[in-house]
Amino acid sequence: MTAAIRSEFRKFLSTRMWWILALGMFAYLAFIGLVMAFSFAQASSMSQQDLADAAESGTVLPLGVDAAKMAYSVTSPLGYVFPLIIGSLLFTNEFRHKTITPTLLVEPRRTLLVAAKLIVAAIFGLAIGLLATLGTVAGAAPILSLLGDGAYLGSGAVWELLGWSVVVMAIWTVLGVSIGGLLTNQVAAIIVIIGFTQFIEPIARVVASAVDWLEGIGAYLPGAAADAVLGTSFFGAMGEGDMLPRWAGALVLGIYIAVFAVGSRLITLRRDIG
Amino acid sequence: MAAPAAVTVDRLSKHFGQVKAVDDLSFAVRPGAVTGFLGPNGAGKTTTLRMLLGLMRPTSGRALIGDQSYTELRHPAQTVGATLEASSFHPGRSGLDHLRIYAPQVGVPDSRCHELLELVGLAEAKKRRVGGYSMGMRQRLALAYAMLGDPSVVILDEPANGLDPQGIVWLRQLLRAFADEGKTVLVSSHVLSEVQSTVDDVVIVAKGRLVHESSLAGLRDLTETTTEIVTPTPDRLRDLAQRRQWNIEDTQGALRIHGVDEATIGAAAFADGIELHRLADVGVGLEEVFLRLTGEPTQEVTA
Repeated sequence: MTAAIRSEFRKFLSTRMWWILALGMFAYLAFIGLVMAFSFAQASSMSQQDLADAAESGTVLPLGVDAAKMAYSVTSPLGYVFPLIIGSLLFTNEFRHKTITPTLLVEPRRTLLVAAKLIVAAIFGLAIGLLATLGTVAGAAPILSLLGDGAYLGSGAVWELLGWSVVVMAIWTVLGVSIGGLLTNQVAAIIVIIGFTQFIEPIARVVASAVDWLEGIGAYLPGAAADAVLGTSFFGAMGEGDMLPRWAGALVLGIYIAVFAVGSRLITLRRDIG
Repeated sequence: MAAPAAVTVDRLSKHFGQVKAVDDLSFAVRPGAVTGFLGPNGAGKTTTLRMLLGLMRPTSGRALIGDQSYTELRHPAQTVGATLEASSFHPGRSGLDHLRIYAPQVGVPDSRCHELLELVGLAEAKKRRVGGYSMGMRQRLALAYAMLGDPSVVILDEPANGLDPQGIVWLRQLLRAFADEGKTVLVSSHVLSEVQSTVDDVVIVAKGRLVHESSLAGLRDLTETTTEIVTPTPDRLRDLAQRRQWNIEDTQGALRIHGVDEATIGAAAFADGIELHRLADVGVGLEEVFLRLTGEPTQEVTA
């Protein structure tokens, strides 16, 4: 198993796509963090009268540590497409470039291959998560401290949030691998991931929160489950349905991963390779 | 007594829907020899190798390495080294990385990767991305991959494809050295001439079925000797042929004698003082025998 994990690490690190995506992710989240921080900083400079007016019209603008936490919480809700795609590459590259053949020749045990990829994605995902979270903070913190109520980087609550943000991004990377295992066509996998994260899920979450009888279901969408693990919902704060408890959110994501991973083993890797 | 077979294919079949890609195929490959696995494209060679290597599930029958299936082997990559397609590379990886990613699972240190790249002549290019490699370089890299675990069974699918003439000579020497070390070498090809100076044994398939299995000498027995002679005095040669009861025929501007080699005819003509301007073996060569066995029309070769 350790040999399989070492091999998977080398496979990943010896290609360029992932770090191009990781750089893109860092830049994107730094930008989003900056924009968020800037808009909250505007709120902190508003007069009491303006804030009251805003509250009356239904918008509660966060202040102080709440503003910082909200700005720092965007990593997963807005950046999760990146770890999903990076994770999926771990599997789809093998099929796109037919390296699945030499891979299965050195290790014919296919269950072990899936397990090794999941483990490597988890470890690698932590690094991706760290980079992503760092990106958000790098964008948001300077603006918050210069123009807003402060960066609050000494706050325990902020550090807890940042820690969970890293964990959630790692979970997304693992989910990405299992999706890639099921959708082995690289282009198809990327299109489905982008389509789902940027289009289907956001709409589904809005619809689920708007339609009464769907309200319970919305919490089980992967993005909502990830918010539960993160402990705060960026979308929820803007007026959406109730979140699951953290453990339940983690369980829901775990079930998604398990279903796709078992699907990879029983569907993709049951087939003839040739 | 012959050494036990290192590779055994036993009543192996693979059907894709109605198509019988491999149809009740049985043969054995012995260690210490190079065996050519021959047949035209689409004869089922690669499918057979994929079943042998645990990548495809047979419809029926079995294929064994020693007495185990590939997936049962404890250290598959140290037992069998195989290349199936020279295109199984991530183009963004360097040649060295392509070997390094498998080294942990094969169970060899990174130094082995460097050694092998040296051996296959890619030491200079090892840091370059495989996407920029020529077909011949890819074949060499695939071969290095197969040799990572110093396996006792080497299975190569069309290894000569894309190799330049020097590359083919080099490959031949390498395969010979493997066999001399006692390794089992199974090499597939759709061109007999590519491997005929390398192989000891031949297994020939066509349309998924075995059509011939023997030593190369056994295949040679199926060839026919025909000698073409040009002489200014054809009548005297016809006389000679009649006396010796040789089967002679007239062709355009030349005479042909079947079943008698050049040396015999040359010596007899010399003894009779017959002047010869041409004395050549134009018989049914191995290639033609191969094409007959695999049912391909001969015209395709000359075309």
